[in-house]
Amino acid sequence: MNTANYLVDITMIMPELTLICVALILLLLDLVVKNKEVLAAVGIAGTLVALYGTYKLFVFHAPQSVFADMFVLDGYSNFFKLIFYLNIILTILISLKYMTIEKASFGEYYSLLIFATTGMMIMASAADLIVLYLGLELMALSTYILAGLMRKQLRSNEAALKYFFLGAFSSAILLYGISMTYGLTGTTNLREIAAALQTLNIMESPAVFLGLIFLIVAFGFKVALAPFHMWAPDVYEGAPTSITAFMSVGPKAAGFAVMGRVLFEAFGGMQMQWNSILIPLAVITMAVGSIIALAQTNIKRMLAYSSIAHAGYMLLGIIAGTPEGLASTANYLMIYMFMNIGAFAIVIMLRREGFQGENLDDYMGLAKSHPLASALMLIFMFSLTGIPPTAGFIGKFYVFMEVIRSGYTYLAIIAVIFSVISAFFYLRVVMYMYMKDPKEDVTLTTSSTLSIALAITAIMVLILGIFPSFLLNLVRSSIPG
Amino acid sequence: MSTPQVLFAYFAVAMTILSLLVVTRRNPVHSVLWMLVLFIHIAALYLFLNAEFIAAIQIIIYAGAILVLFLFVIMLLNLRKEETEKRFQKQWLYSIAISVLFVFFLVLIVGNITVIPPPGPYTADVIKSEGHIMTVGKVLYSEFLLPFEIASLILLVAIIGAVVLAKKRIE
Amino acid sequence: MVPLSWYIVLSALMFSIGVFGFLSRRNLIIIFISIELMLNSVNISLVAFSHYLQSMRGQILVFFVITVAAAEAAIGLAILIAFYRNNPTIKVDEINLLKG
Repeated sequence: MNTANYLVDITMIMPELTLICVALILLLLDLVVKNKEVLAAVGIAGTLVALYGTYKLFVFHAPQSVFADMFVLDGYSNFFKLIFYLNIILTILISLKYMTIEKASFGEYYSLLIFATTGMMIMASAADLIVLYLGLELMALSTYILAGLMRKQLRSNEAALKYFFLGAFSSAILLYGISMTYGLTGTTNLREIAAALQTLNIMESPAVFLGLIFLIVAFGFKVALAPFHMWAPDVYEGAPTSITAFMSVGPKAAGFAVMGRVLFEAFGGMQMQWNSILIPLAVITMAVGSIIALAQTNIKRMLAYSSIAHAGYMLLGIIAGTPEGLASTANYLMIYMFMNIGAFAIVIMLRREGFQGENLDDYMGLAKSHPLASALMLIFMFSLTGIPPTAGFIGKFYVFMEVIRSGYTYLAIIAVIFSVISAFFYLRVVMYMYMKDPKEDVTLTTSSTLSIALAITAIMVLILGIFPSFLLNLVRSSIPG
Repeated sequence: MSTPQVLFAYFAVAMTILSLLVVTRRNPVHSVLWMLVLFIHIAALYLFLNAEFIAAIQIIIYAGAILVLFLFVIMLLNLRKEETEKRFQKQWLYSIAISVLFVFFLVLIVGNITVIPPPGPYTADVIKSEGHIMTVGKVLYSEFLLPFEIASLILLVAIIGAVVLAKKRIE
Repeated sequence: MVPLSWYIVLSALMFSIGVFGFLSRRNLIIIFISIELMLNSVNISLVAFSHYLQSMRGQILVFFVITVAAAEAAIGLAILIAFYRNNPTIKVDEINLLKG
């Protein structure tokens, strides 16, 4: 048995191992250190080390496949890992002061964030359905716990409950899809599935299609595509806002990463079939997200529906069916991360002792009392709508361009229409801030780390809007085929 | 019908009836107990398929740990007024309709799986000669090492979660 | 010889019964048990495929599924307990604080 060969591959998973070690160290440090900021600093430092590790491993231009072809290191996985690293760093920055206000400042918070990120990284690198499932479960279980961290608050408990049950249901559906695919092709490795589908000539078989449907439904639950989006508004509203920020980006990016890999690598020959499911899903998702957001008065719910709509736009990149389409989705995800976390950072700023600050009415007249915060919120809202010269416009532009290039012009038109509709609720926030009078005095809770995060996100949103080529080239070079 | 087929027919009928019993009982303790009987049947089915280690794991972990955890929590929550309240949600007819459609399509599609990929090396005789545990062990620690390590992380996260969420005192 | 399709049909039946339980029961514990039922049905189909394909992958995946199911049970019940402490009900339709 050539068991010895597998240990050599440990250098390839160094980033994940680094993160795991950091998480374990944080668990132990929590017993000794009373100051949570030390934990946060160690967490961020560890993530930066892991980022450096991924950068060093990036020199392999040919994809490396390790651990019996279960874990793959290519530009695709590295780009998504970059998104995850930035996600956790920004989340840690915005959550320090906030978790103290919410009285949920546990040391385990940081460890769980890191475990969730490790799960996402494993998902991005998964070349086998077994590793995909386990990475997904690692991420999901950590996020269930994080959603329920504010134990005394009923909203948080309910959010964790709903997230857990629907997430477990989707896991069961995913497993059924995996078992169908395994049974019909004899393997769980994505490349070998594609080869088996080819040689056995079963691409037209309804059983294979059934397996594919189950997989898509399960991924749809994870990224909150309609009609599987039911959990998202409640969970986003009830969870701690910093976790909502984390959840709105991380699992979505990881879900799209695996969707791209599974659909393109394993089921590459069945594009007609999966597009026939994805196109109606995308349209319904954009519709549900944009239209129902109009009626929301709670800003966290509104941002939840906005997330749902954005997932619909991201799906268009996958529907395009080309590597460039996939690149445009990845590009959108990176941009989406900056603008969404920025928006949630502002929402966190309004939260202080005894004042939730989650109603849209609380934003009235913010421009008079806090012009800088309102200006930042204006940037993020413009970006979410997709107005130039913000990054949101660039993200949508490239996705629409790819989908038109693949021949689905009608989808791009529909997406533009929903973008225009979405302008109503995004710009409503801006209008409240600048044109209405304040109902009561609002003091903002700022902290140095929150300001750093806000600075990073706002600058990136503007820079990527004005000079998009840097990110685009990075994405394009990462996703060759 | 040969003996294996008769035995399987018993298992199939029994397991279907047991699953129906599990989801329709009023008292959650009864559900859990029917589930226990179901798990024993499933373990027997695994034995049928030459997977002794998995059968043992099924009994030890599922029946022995998970169901016990369920019973603990049911007792902890001290549910008393189960008997008189409604069991099913308002939309139970829709659920039945959906499930029946679901079953229909599923069975229609999976009922005639014809194409089978070329068989692999682990035939029943190979497994019997080495023992199932040895075969699982060899494969688990060589080819499936990475998933194994990730599974250990998942268990760690479960421990953290259970403590963080359910412990009584917070500082 | 028991044909493979019998095992798969049995697995499909159990999965559907699990889905029915998940969608229609009010008691959260029973909903959770239905999820476990679904996971078990997947396990059966995986072991059956593994046997007929003469490969070990299915059984190894079953090993991991059982592990993850145990972890999920622990976390799910912890969430349930945390919830129950604040609001002593486990009926699904009475849990609607977050609505809209």
